[in-house]
Amino acid sequence: MPFTAKSGKFNASINTLTIGTGDKAITLGGENVLPFYTFDAPIENAPKVGIEITDGGLDAEPDCIKACYEGCTSVVDMAKKAAGFEGVDFLSLRLEGGDPNGLNKSTEELIAIVKEVAAAVDLPLVISGCKNVEKDAELLTKAAEALEGRNALILPAKEENYKTVGAAAGLAYKQVVGAESSVDINLAKQLNVLLTQLGVNPQSIAMNVGTASAGYGFEYVISTIDRVKAAALSQGDATLQMPIITPVASEVWGVKETMASEADMPEWGPVEERGIDMEIETAAADLVSGSNAVILRHPASVATISKMIKELV
Amino acid sequence: MALKGLDIFKLSPKKNCKECGSPTCMAFSMKVAQGAVSIDACPYFSEEAKAAMSEATAPPMKTVKVGAGENEYALGGETVLFRHEKTYVSKTRYAVALCSCMDDAVVEEKLAAIPKVDYDRIGERMFVEMVYVNYAPESGADKYVELVKKAAGLNRVLILGVEDPEVAKAALAVCKDSKPVLNGATPANYEAMNAVAVENGVALGVMGANDDELFDTVAALEKLGNKNLLINANTASIKAAYATAVRFRRAAIKDNNRTCGYPSIVNVAKLAMGDAHMQAALASVFTMKYGSIVVMENIGYAEALPLYGMRQNVFTDPQKPMKVEPGIYQINGADENSICLTTVDFALTYFVVSGELERSGVPCNLIINDAGGLSVLTSWAAGKFSSSSIAKYFQEADIEGKIKCRKLCIPGKVAVLKGELEAKMPGWEIIVAPREAVQLVKFLKDMQ
Repeated sequence: MPFTAKSGKFNASINTLTIGTGDKAITLGGENVLPFYTFDAPIENAPKVGIEITDGGLDAEPDCIKACYEGCTSVVDMAKKAAGFEGVDFLSLRLEGGDPNGLNKSTEELIAIVKEVAAAVDLPLVISGCKNVEKDAELLTKAAEALEGRNALILPAKEENYKTVGAAAGLAYKQVVGAESSVDINLAKQLNVLLTQLGVNPQSIAMNVGTASAGYGFEYVISTIDRVKAAALSQGDATLQMPIITPVASEVWGVKETMASEADMPEWGPVEERGIDMEIETAAADLVSGSNAVILRHPASVATISKMIKELV
Repeated sequence: MALKGLDIFKLSPKKNCKECGSPTCMAFSMKVAQGAVSIDACPYFSEEAKAAMSEATAPPMKTVKVGAGENEYALGGETVLFRHEKTYVSKTRYAVALCSCMDDAVVEEKLAAIPKVDYDRIGERMFVEMVYVNYAPESGADKYVELVKKAAGLNRVLILGVEDPEVAKAALAVCKDSKPVLNGATPANYEAMNAVAVENGVALGVMGANDDELFDTVAALEKLGNKNLLINANTASIKAAYATAVRFRRAAIKDNNRTCGYPSIVNVAKLAMGDAHMQAALASVFTMKYGSIVVMENIGYAEALPLYGMRQNVFTDPQKPMKVEPGIYQINGADENSICLTTVDFALTYFVVSGELERSGVPCNLIINDAGGLSVLTSWAAGKFSSSSIAKYFQEADIEGKIKCRKLCIPGKVAVLKGELEAKMPGWEIIVAPREAVQLVKFLKDMQ
């Protein structure tokens, strides 16, 4: 008697969402099964992998990543090089220098970088803010304007600034809006509803339902994604059917395991390997939980995760 | 087919003797129906009634115990497919692979490397719990048995990857008391392997070229009366391995297909031979989705730190928060003159705060008292992180005797405690720190 497995196919499916334009455009979502459950039904669109650079250029990178961008002298150089790494589907530019508690770069300065990067690469773009909600409102509005026609993902619209960011990115300049909430299915749903009420097309929303490094409260991330996917697929909740994008890079390179120097922790071995494995293992878990895209920093992590996705789809 | 509580109650002795731990037979029957307790907890059920019911009331997934003494681990026994539905009960265990085909030098290197990863994370010892010893027929049985002996010296649970019953007997002769796993029942040899496993009292790992073969072989072994089994995820491809792991677990838990309800072994060393990064990715995948034992080629700190951290997260009980021990945590080489900070004992808070403190480079003492394992505002609201609890802890733990600095920073979210603390802890200067941990770096640097 052979093994007969019941199919876990659902009647509902995740929205499909295109980011970017032309040949390089990527499509997220569309599946009506749990992540990589190809034995239930084919996965409509394989999850995608992005690489992240910041407005700080090489100075903002750990040494091991600097080495990957050898010869680059500007953010634009880095963007061009990043676009050529194996497995890269999209480019994420994080404007962390805009943080008023940090370097507090002016919006004009940052938007100039956004424009230069956009002109230099034809990959789909994700623009991430500086984590300060007031500054982001201004910064991301300008970024959405500067990228008109590129169909970029603007991240994040949060509860505090969704009106400004959502209106600019989703309504005025027809970009994709990234709705960010903090590891709670109800908050994720609420933000999607608010954005929709604002007039943003639900088909133009991607969610970041929260992110963490492996070992740092990661169970909240997994359970939130698990529950969002369950609501979207098994209960057909249209307010949670947006594809999920999870920024991994901005989390994993800031924890002890990836920052402590080899001199301080000799038994831990080289920082680079620790960083890559932290990034890979965190991203892999995000993906099997249900992320439709992940953003990474080290080219080796991007290559491995991209290969893993191909193997699983 | 699951029995209803009332069906069980009808067969129960109806004595309400409480010996099973439940107040009444009715309550006990209901618990048995939910799979919360085993029918064996009642000493008065007649054998016939038990036999009739044990099959129907058994939990959907078997708990298989491997190893002996302090190295005994329970695998499987899960009742849900997602951790938020209840909790996962048996952690994924990790094994490093050895093979009789390896050169002696490589074996020695691996044997030396395995014990290196051994550390403590929030009260849990993190180390490589198992060693997979694979038999390559061209090496000969003697060499294999020697390798098993060497591996046994590490005092970890062994998994004997061997499909030849004679070699299996020879290997078990030197290690059966440590209760290893005999991993090698195939459609071709399962009867002979079953005899070896039963005779030696060890769990038997089952494999098949595809999921149908695997299922049929498990069913055949069950017919022979052996339920001390593990299933091997397919090793033909990563996709096939994922399919076995997910489909068998789902069939067991959702569709109550008992033949699928065994713990699993996923050999990622075989799935991605030579690609350490891919193995790291897959170890993470199968920790999340239903691997009970994950076998890797090597586990160094680079792989282990994220993997064990993730496992600790995934297998926490969602109803019980993770806590760190109360105490003084000295950060960045702090001494008795360094500034003090306090926050709650919720592990997540502790990790975020201590991470930011480390990033600041400023030496400081992080003083944690028992705040019930809740976040700052929750525990404040519950009265577990209050001026009294902080002042009491400082007194009990003799902080003033241990630390000379009299500056204490409190989380910005409980700024309201400042006045009360100053009143209760004379001599201390209470400083309100930022509301969010990420602002701590700037805060500490500015203060200097």
